Amino acid sequence: MAKTIAEINERIRKGKAVVVTAEEVVDIARAKGVSKAAEEIDVVTTGTFGPMCGSGAFLNVGHSKPRIKLGGGKVYLNDVPVYTGIAAVDVFLGATAIPDDDPRNKFYPGEFNYGGGYVIQELVAGKDIILTASAYGTDCYPRKKLETLINIRDINEAILFNVRNAYQNYSVAVNLSDKVRYTYMGVLKPNLGNANYSTAGQLSPLFNDPYYKTIGVGTRIFLGGGAGYVAWHGTQHNPTALRADNGVPRRGAGTLAVIGDLKQMKPEWLVGTSMLGYGCTLTVGIGVPIPILSEETLHYTIVSDADILAPIVDYSEAYPQREPDILGEVSYAELKSGNIRVRDKDVPTASLSSYPKAVEIANILKKWIETGEFLLTEPVAPLPGVESGITFKALKERPIS
Amino acid sequence: MNVSRRIVLHFPPNMTGQPVVCHLVKDFGLTFNIIKASISPGQEGLLILELSGERKNYDKGIKYLAETGIEIQSLSQDVVRDEARCTHCGACVTICPTEAFALEPKTRKVLFDHNKCVVCGLCVKACPPRAMILYL
Repeated sequence: MAKTIAEINERIRKGKAVVVTAEEVVDIARAKGVSKAAEEIDVVTTGTFGPMCGSGAFLNVGHSKPRIKLGGGKVYLNDVPVYTGIAAVDVFLGATAIPDDDPRNKFYPGEFNYGGGYVIQELVAGKDIILTASAYGTDCYPRKKLETLINIRDINEAILFNVRNAYQNYSVAVNLSDKVRYTYMGVLKPNLGNANYSTAGQLSPLFNDPYYKTIGVGTRIFLGGGAGYVAWHGTQHNPTALRADNGVPRRGAGTLAVIGDLKQMKPEWLVGTSMLGYGCTLTVGIGVPIPILSEETLHYTIVSDADILAPIVDYSEAYPQREPDILGEVSYAELKSGNIRVRDKDVPTASLSSYPKAVEIANILKKWIETGEFLLTEPVAPLPGVESGITFKALKERPIS
Repeated sequence: MNVSRRIVLHFPPNMTGQPVVCHLVKDFGLTFNIIKASISPGQEGLLILELSGERKNYDKGIKYLAETGIEIQSLSQDVVRDEARCTHCGACVTICPTEAFALEPKTRKVLFDHNKCVVCGLCVKACPPRAMILYL
């Protein structure tokens, strides 16, 4: 019964494709059986909406008259510094960049109320952004100062390019110490006061294709409310992480690098985000369609929260000291129940990734495919899998002689 | 004239061992209802009280509290949710000391019960998309 992406696209064009979300497919397969479900379903849509620090945007702001070489100079967008070490008028706006005069953690815990993620959201919302720049001046680029408003409508390109998104599984963060800890996993109350997790579980893209059999370089995806693409495997991609018998990683594993036209995206799917005492970031909406090419691909999509395990990590000592110790494993079904058991204590849980928004993304993508406006792409290269032997390396410090 | 107000007391670590509330009752004739208490010896503490009594005594009681070095936050303020910014992640659920946030079981959307909110402000800074706003 094996299907091809070309055949599925033909059905999408005719408005005949059967598309279901990764949540819906669980019940369908249970009712009809995997074999029948695989025959009937063409595409399973996934979704995730969480803080993803490996995000940012390349902007080409156009040439002023007279010209200024921003490359190698200093440039700020709404007081947030951007990277200028590229061409004359290209800059990179990183999600975690913060204004020079932000007090950081000098007044602990710092609030980090504004940064690159917020500028990206305002850009996408069509708001004017203040650009201030200083440069050293050259014969061909004589200008040394520039202050102007810019708008996403008027600049040449605005490209979202996130080097690490959509982590396949993530640790559950707790705090064993007797002090509050302010982390990228949120505010962690002392003495196991709470446990924070951050994935969409059964709806998350890479949980539904654990061995990257359909998702590859060039896969067209929902990105920030528009269409984007998988550009590469993400940084820290770790396909050889510990896996359960069902193939699902039990630790942080695969990641995606994604790219797309920021001009087509929407501010409700790219949200500026602040983590108290830690910094700024961007909450990104991603949805990946999984073509059901065989019973095997369908089988992977029927994974449910009870089948996915995550490690519990102490963020007061083990994480900062890079100790490998974990305090146990819990399933996403347990995490979503509101309480988990850690060291014989009931610990209330909270999520940093929005499940209702993940459901919304999977449904939007489903609608796009059903109405024929979103066709699937054939990956042009696979993501490195288990066979690649790629592992996540730690930094080995070496003395500088 | 009697007054009854909800206040949040932030105890510095050196104050958590002292019987402050006892003084409010004994010296100023005030009555109290503890809404939330989170106090451990040697650590920063948080106490949310509904404090009632004769206006004059209430003011004296508050003055006494201020002199002890306890930070007092009046709850004549308001916390509201910017619905456009809330992403329904749920990070606030375990932060709120009065359980004003709850997950709607079916949709997992975050419900905010304004009546349970005592305006302590903890969610304002802990909210990742900065959707909770404190009005003074």
